[in-house]
Amino acid sequence: MSDSFVIKNLNASIGDREILKDFSLTIPKGEVHAIMGPNGTGKSTLAKVLAGHPDYAVQSGEALLDGQELLGLEPDVIARAGLFLAFQYPSEIPGVTIANFIRAAIVARQAKGAPFDAKAYYAELYAKMDALKMDRTFTARFVNEGFSGGEKKRCEILQLMMLKPKYAVLDETDSGLDIDALRIVSEGVNRMRGPETGFLVITHYQRLLEYIVPDRVHIMWDGRIVHSGGKELALELEAKGYDWVKTELASA
Amino acid sequence: MAEIDESQTQREAIEVDRSKGDFKYEENYAFDAGVGLSPSVVDYISKVKGEEPWILEFRQKALKTFESLPMPTHWATTDLENIHFDKIRYYLSKGQKPVRTWEEVPDDVKATFERLGIPESERKFLAGVEAQFDSEAVYSRMKEELEKQGVLFCGPTDGLRDHPEIFRRWFGKVIPVGDNKFAALNSAVFSGGSFIYIPKGVKVAQPLQAYFRINAENFGQFERTLIIADEGAEVTYMEGCTAPKFETATLHSAVVELVALKGAKIQYITVQNWSANVFNLVTKRGVAEEGAEVRWIDCNIGSRLTMKYPGVVLRGKGARGEVLSIALANDGQHQDTGAKMIHAADDTTSNIIAKSISVGTGRSTYRGLVHIPKTLKNCRNNTECDALLINEHSRTDTYPAISVRGQKNSVQHEASVSKVSAEQIFYMMQRGLSEGEAMSLAVNGFVNDLVKEFPMEYSVELKRLIELQMEGSVG
Ligand SMILES: Nc1ncnc2c1ncn2[C@@H]1O[C@H](COP(=O)(O)OP(=O)(O)OP(=O)(O)O)[C@@H](O)[C@H]1O
Ligand SMILES: [Mg+2]
Repeated sequence: MSDSFVIKNLNASIGDREILKDFSLTIPKGEVHAIMGPNGTGKSTLAKVLAGHPDYAVQSGEALLDGQELLGLEPDVIARAGLFLAFQYPSEIPGVTIANFIRAAIVARQAKGAPFDAKAYYAELYAKMDALKMDRTFTARFVNEGFSGGEKKRCEILQLMMLKPKYAVLDETDSGLDIDALRIVSEGVNRMRGPETGFLVITHYQRLLEYIVPDRVHIMWDGRIVHSGGKELALELEAKGYDWVKTELASA
Repeated sequence: MAEIDESQTQREAIEVDRSKGDFKYEENYAFDAGVGLSPSVVDYISKVKGEEPWILEFRQKALKTFESLPMPTHWATTDLENIHFDKIRYYLSKGQKPVRTWEEVPDDVKATFERLGIPESERKFLAGVEAQFDSEAVYSRMKEELEKQGVLFCGPTDGLRDHPEIFRRWFGKVIPVGDNKFAALNSAVFSGGSFIYIPKGVKVAQPLQAYFRINAENFGQFERTLIIADEGAEVTYMEGCTAPKFETATLHSAVVELVALKGAKIQYITVQNWSANVFNLVTKRGVAEEGAEVRWIDCNIGSRLTMKYPGVVLRGKGARGEVLSIALANDGQHQDTGAKMIHAADDTTSNIIAKSISVGTGRSTYRGLVHIPKTLKNCRNNTECDALLINEHSRTDTYPAISVRGQKNSVQHEASVSKVSAEQIFYMMQRGLSEGEAMSLAVNGFVNDLVKEFPMEYSVELKRLIELQMEGSVG
C-alpha cells in the first residue's frame, strides 16, 4: 500500500449536494488509469477533493498516497506530498510569468534558504518547453493569461513535467487540444511514465487513450466507479455510448 | 518639559526581534522636548539647534497656523481624531552631530542601522547616505567627487545656516505653511531630513539615500526635506523608513519640497515600512520649471493611516510630472494616497499610475487631482488607478478629481478593481505554494509592471516587504 494511491469509500459534497458516493479506486504506482463518464458525474469533483479544495466537504473515506492520508490536509501540503492536478479549467495569474511561477513552486519544495540553481532550472525548463513545442517566449508570459484553450493545457503539462509528482490527475487535458497538440502533450506524459509515477487520466474521448495507453479504464457514474476494464473498455464506450451502463445499472 | 541635559547614559538593552524593522533599543536622550506642544516646545527645539531668529519666528507662526487649522476630517477619515497632540514627544536627540564615518556612530544607533542593512547598501550602490534616528541625523556621508562638484547634502539646520542663499529662497515656498494642518505642524517643529542642492549640469549617477528610523514611543518625527536641482542637473533620492511595533500611536509628518529648475530631473523614491500604529501624514510636492521633470515613486506599506498625495506643479513649458505609487493596506490599516498634478504651462505632461492592494479589513483610497486650466494648450494627463482586493472584507475607493478645460488639452483616465479569487489561490497552492506565498505572488504580479520602473535594489526590497506582509496576513 505504500506504493499506490488508494481511494476508499470516499463521500464528499458541495453545499448540500452529495457528489462522491462511496468512491473507491486504487492506482498502483507506475500505472495509468483512465476515468470516463458522462458530464456531471463528479470526475472533476473527485480531482478537486483529492487536491484539498476548500469548497468541498468530505464526509468519510480515505485517500492514501503511498500510505499518507491526504484528506484534511491543506492543498499545498497535498501538492508537496506528491499529488499534481492538471486542471480542466486552469486559473489565470496576471502579472506572474510562467518562469517565475514554476520557479516559486520548485522553491516551495526545497528546504528553506536552500540555494536555487537558476541556470539548471532554465536549461530544464527550455528543454521541456521544446519537447512540448512551446515557444520559448512563453516563459515571459503571465500564467494562462490570454492563452488559448490548448495553450493552457500545454502549460499544465509543462508544470507537471517540471514538478515531477508521484501521482498526477489529468482532468480533461485533451479537451481544447488540436490533433498535433494532443500527440505532443501525450508524448510528454508518456515520457514521464515509469515505475515512479502513477496517473489518473480523466477524459471523454478514446482518442487520448490511443496515445496514452491506459492500464485500466473505469467508468464513473453518479459519484462512483461502476465498471472497470482494460483499455478496450474505452473503445467499447466510444462505440456504444453510456446507455448500456445505465441499463446494466438498472438491472443490477 | 525637560531641561537641556548634557549628560548621556550609555546602556545596552535589546528588545523584540520579530521582523526586520521591529526591534528597539533603550531610549537615552540628551535632548528631550518633553510631552505635548506649546510655544515653549518650539523655542526649545530652535534653541537646541542654535537657529537664527527668522527660523524661530517662522516656527512660531507655523504653530499658530497649525492651531487655527481644523483636522481635515470633513473629507478624510475620522481616525485622525485619535491623534493626541498633547501626548506626543516632539523632539528627541542624543545630542551628537552627524558623523562621517560609521565607526563614530554610537553603538546602539549603529546596531540599529546595521540590522536594517545600512551602511551595507551604501557601499553597494549609493552616492551618499544620511541616517536619521528620531529627531536628528546620526550619520551623513557623501562621495568625495560629488562634494568637489559642489553637491550639497545636509540637514535643514545646517542647510539654512550655512547656505541660506541657496535654501532660504525655496524653503516653505513649494509647500506653504498653511497648505494643510500637518504641513503647518511640520513647519513648527521640523527637525532632520535632507537639504540637497545639485549645481547646474551635474548629473548624480548613483542615488542619494536617507533612512528614517523612529525608535521612541509616543514620538513624532517631523523631518523636512528640500531638494533643488539646478538647471540641467539630475538626481535620484531614496528614503526608507521603519519603526518598531509600539503599543501606542506614533506620528510621522514630513514635508518634502522639490525644485527642478530648467531642464533638471529629480526622481524621489520612497519605500516605507511603518509598523501598524504609525500615523503617516506627509506632504510632498515638487515644482518643475521649463523642460524639467519631477518623478515620485511612492511605496506605502504598513502604518495605521497614511495620507499622502505627492504632487507636481508643472510651471514651465514642456515640464513633466509623474507619480508611480503602490499602497498596501493590511488588516486594520488605511492607505489614503494619491497624486496631484497642477498644470501651469503649455505643453506639460503628467502621468499617474497608482496601484493599491487591500488585504483583510485593510482599506485603500485613491485621491487624485489633475488641474489643467483653459488658458493652456497641448497639456496631457494620463491617470491609471488599479485596485486589488485580497478578500471580501477589504475595501477600495477612488476619487479622481480631474478638472480639464480648454480645447487643446487631453486626459485619459482608467480605473480597475480586481480580486484575487479563491480559485486562483487554490490553483497556486495546488502547485505547492503556501497560502501566504500564493497571495504575495499574486500581489507581486499585480504591481509587477510598475516595479519594473524602480531601481533594482528597491524592487527587490519591495518584493520582500510584500512577502513579509502577506505571510503575516494569513493565520
Ligand atoms: N460549486 C458547486 N455548486 C453546486 N454544484 C456543483 C458545484 N460544483 C460542482 N457541482 C455539481 O457537481 C456535479 C459534478 O460536477 P463535476 O464538475 O465533478 O462533473 P464532471 O464529471 O467533471 O463533469 P464534466 O464531464 O462535464 O467535466 C455537477 O452536477 C455539478 O453541477
Ligand atoms: Mg469535469
